[in-house]
Amino acid sequence: MFRNVAELVELATSQSKKISEIMIEQEVSVTGRSREDILSNMDRNLLVMEQAVEKGIKGVKSHSGLTGGDAVLLQQYIEKGNFLSGETILDAVSKAVATNEVNAAMGTICATPTAGSAGVVPGTLFAVKNKLNPTREEMVAFLFTAGAFGFVVANNASISGAAGGCQAEVGSASGMAAAAIVEMAGGTPEQSAQAMAITLKNMLGLVCDPVAGLVEVPCVKRNAMGAANAMVAADMALAGITSRIPCDEVIDAMYKIGQTMPSALRETAQGGLAATPTGRELEAKIFGMSLDKRD
Amino acid sequence: MKYRSVFDIIGPVMIGPSSSHTAGAARIGRIARSLFGRQPKWADISFYGSFAKTYRGHGTDVAIVGGLLDFDTFDERIINSVKIAKAAGMKIKFTEEDAVTDHPNTVRITTGDEKSELELVGISIGGGKVEIIELNGFELKLSGHHPAILVVHDDRFGAIAAVSKILAKHEINIGHMEVSRKEKGKQALMTIEVDQNIDDKVLKEVEQLQNITQVTKIVD
Repeated sequence: MFRNVAELVELATSQSKKISEIMIEQEVSVTGRSREDILSNMDRNLLVMEQAVEKGIKGVKSHSGLTGGDAVLLQQYIEKGNFLSGETILDAVSKAVATNEVNAAMGTICATPTAGSAGVVPGTLFAVKNKLNPTREEMVAFLFTAGAFGFVVANNASISGAAGGCQAEVGSASGMAAAAIVEMAGGTPEQSAQAMAITLKNMLGLVCDPVAGLVEVPCVKRNAMGAANAMVAADMALAGITSRIPCDEVIDAMYKIGQTMPSALRETAQGGLAATPTGRELEAKIFGMSLDKRD
Repeated sequence: MKYRSVFDIIGPVMIGPSSSHTAGAARIGRIARSLFGRQPKWADISFYGSFAKTYRGHGTDVAIVGGLLDFDTFDERIINSVKIAKAAGMKIKFTEEDAVTDHPNTVRITTGDEKSELELVGISIGGGKVEIIELNGFELKLSGHHPAILVVHDDRFGAIAAVSKILAKHEINIGHMEVSRKEKGKQALMTIEVDQNIDDKVLKEVEQLQNITQVTKIVD
């Protein structure tokens, strides 16, 4: 069983296998389930992601009314063709937003690694799909690669906003997505690790400060930028750029930052954006009173 | 290693909005239901830390109740679970606690009916993964991801050997086992995670052993 990114890359490189393959083999050996069963389980998760994106792109609205409809706006903007960044990156952003808007509306999603960060991995996957035309198997493999990196973060640091802040959720998701994009684009396992490191470095310190305690503001837009971050980091790693700080050390830094983060900034709706005048006003409007004053 | 499967990371498939506060909460509720063995008539649910601050926005309340009604994380009935529970005659009470707990996402569920009661403390550690850390006053560590049996017994020599002997006879492999006691020589609890669901016949056999007070199981 691989315990860190260095071991994961070493296993893949020494056996000339993809990271996704190492993850599948480990899953077979740890759970005793058949390879076929494991692949079809992941295929079902992929289908849930696909349906969530489709639903979100058509437009949804959350019960609080705080989020919904941004995925539609971005798709319409892309169609006009006057965008400044790039079509694939904006498509990834819009599909990440779509997924999180569905999540906020209490729709069905697949947590990757969490529900609040569920947009990044599918958002980038379905955008990159249009560019690289992968087979269904390769799309399933994308999720195993993302899962392998998430597995390391979950076991060595945290994937919980309440424990480690948003860096642990959208940060992890973004790193996982970057590593998986690299593999799908034909990069090496080492390049996947570099992409993960570059991505996560730029998410360090990100706090979890949901307005009214809802997984909406700023979660949906953090997923948007998480997807963009993943796309750019993947391109950087594929260009041959490396992180001076090794991936495992970045993960460790993320863990330690999370431990020293005050509780007000770890999913308690007491600090950050949640505690802004507008944040408090929205909260009061939704619940009839502020969470702050309820104590 | 806290996380063992790739599906702990890419999964679960669930109703939004939060894996820890919605899906994890549903799982804790469902473990309580499974341990209780039937639909309870009432439940007192106390939230701590982040759960206490944000449970309304995350649907943690409906998720726990959904779990108590035996709904899975992706069951859309979770959204209306409080109404469904009320219609079924279940009395539900939610409390926000100020006490600081080791884990920010902690919930205490006391539930029961006219026959018996059960109290457990669960934590939601991220990505929908949960642990039960206390059951009826005993400390334990139970993930709910594997079938398990919980055996309340007198803290005497030979009790553990007698139970494991029965499991061995039925060719049941023990994946993880823990023993906890409140006080030396008094009551103790065995938590045994196994590879397959256990037949009630085996539980009966364990229950008839000397020094064994109660046996409950949790199914996969």
